[in-house]
Amino acid sequence: MNKRRPYVRPMDGWWRKNPYFVEYMIHESTALFVAAYAAVLLFGLLRLSQGEAAWNAWLNTLGSSWFILFHLAALLAISYHTYTWFKIMPRTMPPVVIGGERLPAWAITGTGLAAAAAACLGLLAIVWGMAR
Amino acid sequence: MSEHSKIIEIEVLRYNPETDKVPSPQVFEVPFTDDMSVLQGIQYIKDHLDGSLSFRWSCRMAICGSCGMMINGVPHLSCETFLRDYYPARVRVEALNHFPIERDLVINMEGFIKKLESIQPYIIPKEPRTLAQGEYLQTPEELNRYEQFSSCINCMLCYAACPQFGLNPEFIGPAATALLHRYNVDTRDGAKEERMELVHSEEGVFHCTAVGYCSEVCPKHVDPANAVNQNKTNSAMDYFLRFISPKGGAK
Repeated sequence: MNKRRPYVRPMDGWWRKNPYFVEYMIHESTALFVAAYAAVLLFGLLRLSQGEAAWNAWLNTLGSSWFILFHLAALLAISYHTYTWFKIMPRTMPPVVIGGERLPAWAITGTGLAAAAAACLGLLAIVWGMAR
Repeated sequence: MSEHSKIIEIEVLRYNPETDKVPSPQVFEVPFTDDMSVLQGIQYIKDHLDGSLSFRWSCRMAICGSCGMMINGVPHLSCETFLRDYYPARVRVEALNHFPIERDLVINMEGFIKKLESIQPYIIPKEPRTLAQGEYLQTPEELNRYEQFSSCINCMLCYAACPQFGLNPEFIGPAATALLHRYNVDTRDGAKEERMELVHSEEGVFHCTAVGYCSEVCPKHVDPANAVNQNKTNSAMDYFLRFISPKGGAK
């Protein structure tokens, strides 16, 4: 008689069992803030299409303390999202070989973060210029 | 093992398929010296405390890939993990996660072996080559493309680190994909198209959600997550390129 009876361990709550997975779930969940912020912006675009009064009402709503709180939370979450996005980037792309040497992971992450920072500053500068 | 001045507690998850319904922990008090690995601790238990304890091991020098275990919840080769790094706390040892437990620390690796076979882990030449044609020549750059992925020792730590494999055991997983990639980027090989069918398939690379823990735990720095994710790009390229250059018979 076959006495084998392989035991399969349950996967319930798998992500709570290792700090690495907890961090993974946190950084994945920051994507919800990216989606929420995109929804707020898209709604603004819709209000813009409905005329000046609608647009101003939307701007007014954004000025409420709840929305300012949401924006602060979104800024934090999206910053962390950006950081983890570029942190995993070296693992997701083909090797970059420059002058016969493989570009190290920190250089890829650093370039990504620098590009993100430059894009943010550039956007801020443009908006600043338009607002003056 | 000259003098045993210190005693460490090793908690082992035991499972006997003939008598146990579910695995349960058993604690052993093991005398140890600073140069003792967790594997040596387990061997001490088998030799002196309980001869029925089952586990796999062979080389004791991190090259055979047999002695992978969960040590305090983290996949490690037990031969290169040292008891001194856990002392005075208790060390928890368990069979590799996400695999069925056959007995104690022994897992059932049939699924992995099948996956390994399915990727055809050997060079399939583009065309038959006679001895008279001599050896294949490769530049150092061509070697660099696959060398890292050829370091895999099939220890399965990456599978124990992959929650997606735990949730979907059909997923081809990190190590098999790393080896698949190793042969696909080898200039001597001509079977890339056959292997890409596996990459594209339901069990293929798109189960991966880029957790990245497989590469963290890999004892040979293979970076299997890189192989998996490069092949997501390759798969997407294949999908879109067929509109431009139909290969015929593409599935």
